[in-house]
Amino acid sequence: MAHISLLKRKAIHALAETLSKQVEHFNETEVEALIGLYHETLGESAAQGGAVTGLDRNRFRMLLYHMFGMTDDMIMAGVFRTFDKDNDKFVNEKEWVKGLSVFLRGTLDERIKYCFNVYDLNNDGYLSKEKMFNFLKDSLLGQPSEEDPDEGVKELVEMTLKKMDHDHDGRLSFDDFKKAVKEENLLLEAFGTCLPDTTSIEKFEHQVFQKQGKP
Amino acid sequence: MGVTLTKAAQWTSSGTGKLELTPMNESLLKEVLRSVEQLFSRHPQESEHVFEEPLQWSTTLVASDFKTDYDISEFNVQSNEKDSEGQPLLRLSPPTVYVRSFSQLSKLLHLAADKKLEEARTCLEENRDALVKILGPRFADILEREDTQTDPVDEDTSEDSEVKVKLFRLLQNMDQQLLSKLLEEISEHVRLDPAAANSDVESLKQFCRGGDGRLLKSVRYTSDYEFSNGCRAPPWRQVHGEICYLITEPCDTEDLHITCSTGGVYLNAGIKQEGAESGYERTSDTYTDLPTLLKSRSPYFAEHINKQMPKKDSTSKTQSKSVQMEDQGQPQRSQAGKKKYEPSPRWSNQGLVPPCGKVEENNPGREKSGKKKQATGAKGKLKAEFSLSSLPGRMTPQKSKTLAGAMELSSDSSTEDEDEEELSERRLQIQIEQSPDYWLIYKLVKFLKRGDQTATVLCLCAMLDLNLMQEGCQLDIWDIGGVEVLLNLLDSDEVKCQIGSLKVLRKISHSMLICQTILDMDGLQSIVKILDRPYKDLKALAAETIANVARFRKARTTVRRCGGIEKLVKLLDCLPTLANMSPNQEKDVEVAHCGVLALWSCSKCNRNKEAIRVAGGIPLLGRLLRSPDVNMLIPVVGTLQECASEECYRIAIKNEDMIKDLVQNLSSDNNELQMHCASAIFKCAEDKETSDLVRKYNGLEPLVLLLGKAEDKKLLAAATGAIWKCSICMKNVAKFQEHKALESLISLLTDQPIDVLINVVGAIGEFAKVAANRGIIRKCKGINPLINLLTETNQALLVNVTKTVGACAIDRDNMAVISQLDGVRFVWSLLKNSSTEVQSSAAWALCPCIENAKDAGEIVRSLVGGLELIVNLLKSTNIEVLASICAAISKIAKNKENLAVLTDHEVVPLLAKLTNTTDERLCLHLAEAIGHCCMWEGNKASFGEAGVVAPLVDYLKSNNSAVHYHTTMALYQLSKDPNNCITMNEKGVVKPLILIMGSDDEKLQEAAAGCVRNIRLQALAGKIPPPKKISIGTAKRCGKGL
Repeated sequence: MAHISLLKRKAIHALAETLSKQVEHFNETEVEALIGLYHETLGESAAQGGAVTGLDRNRFRMLLYHMFGMTDDMIMAGVFRTFDKDNDKFVNEKEWVKGLSVFLRGTLDERIKYCFNVYDLNNDGYLSKEKMFNFLKDSLLGQPSEEDPDEGVKELVEMTLKKMDHDHDGRLSFDDFKKAVKEENLLLEAFGTCLPDTTSIEKFEHQVFQKQGKP
Repeated sequence: MGVTLTKAAQWTSSGTGKLELTPMNESLLKEVLRSVEQLFSRHPQESEHVFEEPLQWSTTLVASDFKTDYDISEFNVQSNEKDSEGQPLLRLSPPTVYVRSFSQLSKLLHLAADKKLEEARTCLEENRDALVKILGPRFADILEREDTQTDPVDEDTSEDSEVKVKLFRLLQNMDQQLLSKLLEEISEHVRLDPAAANSDVESLKQFCRGGDGRLLKSVRYTSDYEFSNGCRAPPWRQVHGEICYLITEPCDTEDLHITCSTGGVYLNAGIKQEGAESGYERTSDTYTDLPTLLKSRSPYFAEHINKQMPKKDSTSKTQSKSVQMEDQGQPQRSQAGKKKYEPSPRWSNQGLVPPCGKVEENNPGREKSGKKKQATGAKGKLKAEFSLSSLPGRMTPQKSKTLAGAMELSSDSSTEDEDEEELSERRLQIQIEQSPDYWLIYKLVKFLKRGDQTATVLCLCAMLDLNLMQEGCQLDIWDIGGVEVLLNLLDSDEVKCQIGSLKVLRKISHSMLICQTILDMDGLQSIVKILDRPYKDLKALAAETIANVARFRKARTTVRRCGGIEKLVKLLDCLPTLANMSPNQEKDVEVAHCGVLALWSCSKCNRNKEAIRVAGGIPLLGRLLRSPDVNMLIPVVGTLQECASEECYRIAIKNEDMIKDLVQNLSSDNNELQMHCASAIFKCAEDKETSDLVRKYNGLEPLVLLLGKAEDKKLLAAATGAIWKCSICMKNVAKFQEHKALESLISLLTDQPIDVLINVVGAIGEFAKVAANRGIIRKCKGINPLINLLTETNQALLVNVTKTVGACAIDRDNMAVISQLDGVRFVWSLLKNSSTEVQSSAAWALCPCIENAKDAGEIVRSLVGGLELIVNLLKSTNIEVLASICAAISKIAKNKENLAVLTDHEVVPLLAKLTNTTDERLCLHLAEAIGHCCMWEGNKASFGEAGVVAPLVDYLKSNNSAVHYHTTMALYQLSKDPNNCITMNEKGVVKPLILIMGSDDEKLQEAAAGCVRNIRLQALAGKIPPPKKISIGTAKRCGKGL
């Protein structure tokens, strides 16, 4: 972190102090480490010049891919959208820390909300059949013999809807989703993995927080 | 051969060990003959093997039947063929023949020609343990165990063992062939089939309805298990063609225990629990069908059935006609079979599925009978209507209920593959119309096969929404190949898929069929591996699934073999008693709970118990035992009580202070927990210290309180068991009596299951060791039910009942009641029981009875053949029996007339034969018996001639004062015969006798001195050379002292 100036480090420290009071699952040092990582990722592009207002979609994706092995475009777009609370197409420091708080250490309720948001592509508060279909369309390996390869996926969507749509309006509201996940936790990431698994969380935390330990 | 003979052959019920003259036995014998002959011709080397002991039986052959190769002298015959020590391999001394090799056996059978069958029959009857004789106990043991994997070679390296092993294998093959032949035979004889039997029971159940107007009070099966072929009888009974057992309660008579077999229905001796073989015996004639049997047993039923069921009767008549026609069409049925069992006309016709037959035979059979129905026209129509109405829901899912239950028992039998085939074929036939979810399940399994992680999880969740506990659903999954897919998911690295898969598996593994499949596909290994994963949810689910799968032996073994026990034990490490648990700690407890459940399942096998101990499971179980949660405690105590069959666990339970917790939980409000606690105490409290601990922790009172819960029989059995074992300690008895335990126990002497009775009677027996309690037993009218129990058949029960009756008989007033109820006769007749334990226990009980009965001599004489019976038991080989019989004989011999009868029955030489024993207990009672038998004039001399004096003198070297006492008494009696004195003197009896004279017991002094006096008299008479001075001098002094 040699390229980060002392001045900046002080600013980070101050910011960490404020943010750690707003974020539930991290302490101050941890927040500071996360902001450090944020700037590190950002730093490369800052060096390239240009106005920098935060992590853009591409850089964020690279991070998800490298750190957590995520590959699905649609999911990653959803994750970015969920992090980017103010919808300005950039993830700022605050959004970054808050997002990671849920992403890494969220409670079940927080994670339910997070997942629903990831899947809710257009932010209209519902998961329609079409949205589900989009997420699941590649989930079944095609069989050449089948006439309509999408048939299986459609059935899968119907089945899922039947299971989760408690108010029977043909789409999943947040309440539907929440209720279903509470009943069966496995349904949390029903339409695609959007949370890191325990191993990569451990790896990530180790990497980021340990680094901070050795200045 | 072992299995066939013990299980399949129809032995007569009288207990005399005769083979019944049934067609099945006949064909069995023929098979045995054929096999023996084949063995001789095909395996000459093995058939030369000399038996460990000769097979001997009373033959009808005489010397003249033997030809060349035999050395014939008058009546006796010896074979020219000799073993290595020059002993002939066949010896005949009429009427007994001794045979020591298969070649001789086969030659003899050849000589017997048309009497062959008769010879084989007697041979088998008189050599029930033929295998032991042929191969020696160890090999026979292996063979009997039906365990084909055990290889005896590694244990035995001696030279002839190779031949032995070959012979052993041959015999094993023979056994299997015999069984399969029998099965074929049975399949041919099928008359009545499970479906028809079921429907008949259903229609009988109709009669139980209707309040006062009903014909029967109740009809129920003894077992809820229905095997895949529709039978409810255990497989080894199905070999006899038995289908199911019923308990029928008619309105006017006592309960009828009925066996439905392919040959008809008959009463059995009362099957209460599986395993008690005696219950299966036929005790009545065979009837064609249930109504007929009921009519003959219940007049009320007979009277009313005709009113209610006129229509049905006419139908069955029509049917029987058509059956006759069918019978003519099948001449191959054996004639003998027809004579013995009248086939049930109604059932035989519907007999579509033989109970153990092969599938391939089923289907054509079904078609055939279908065609026949059409062909018989009008009659056929009637019949068809009847069978439709009487076979409700034949093809419904209900039909295959507990189908998988079959797997448990068949897993260790050779018919396993057949069963499996049958299962799958049946499934395919019934499938389509059966399950509404079938296509959904089909689709889900298909998606599971080709879905990515997300789709897989969705499918698994959808699957969890199905009613997975329902058998139809489980079988659908099995049928479509879902189990394999689910198990494959376990080997993936995706936690969510593993969790989902296990969630499904833990539910469907309630089906034995699925468990079997999991085992066959090596799924247990995958599940055990998951126990290593760092996710607690996953561990808990895996353990729970193991708990379900490990319900049968092979699965339990597999869990152990792949290191599962150790991993499960590790799961137990948690802090169950913490007041405020963090969510993480709560998870740990939950994981531990699942772990214990799995261990509980696994602990039903001895090696696993050992493995749990080695893995350090005992202290962990001890810690969990302090948990406040009943759900945790049940499996923990369940495991502990299961393991308490092992000594090391009992010691650990005592030393790790688990008794305290067990006692505490006796007062739980959960019956199951109480039951396991009581049963753990039952198993441990035989140890004195443990039973003291139970008292110390105030465990006796709650045990007595449990007697009040008479409606829960399992609990009652455990509680009474615990009371029994605790009451071995007299201090406990006193404490028990503060809570009036005895009174409660006595009230439990009637109308209880055998398990309860055994324990209750055992406990009363311990209580009766205290004089005051003996009076209570009488006052509470306990003697009457006790005497009634003497006619039971369960041997463990009989041992306890005789003990208790004996203990009661010490009280003279009790004895009066006992003789009034003819108790002595009942006890006496138990001497005929096949169990040596019962025999000795009965003989011990007779001692106080004879001592305390008013007119004991009279009673004993009134038992026809009783004295002969008791004398003959002196030929027993069991030390305990011999000791008890000697004790009884000494009591009997106090009556002169009875002594005379005993003498007539050659009691003297039989007693004399036993004198070489070294067993102290036997010495004691033998000396006592000899002493008393000397009271009959001639016996003193006969004992002397039989050579008892010398060994008796040796008994004086014993350190046991009781032995000294009785020996001295006997010697004194014997010394009244001059010749005996000479022998005694030669054996140097005087010196020890002089020491004995120094005893405090006057009687003993007197006897010793008397004996010495008699010897001295002989010396004075010059019959014996003068003894050494010192000893005579001392004797004189002592003699004067008297």
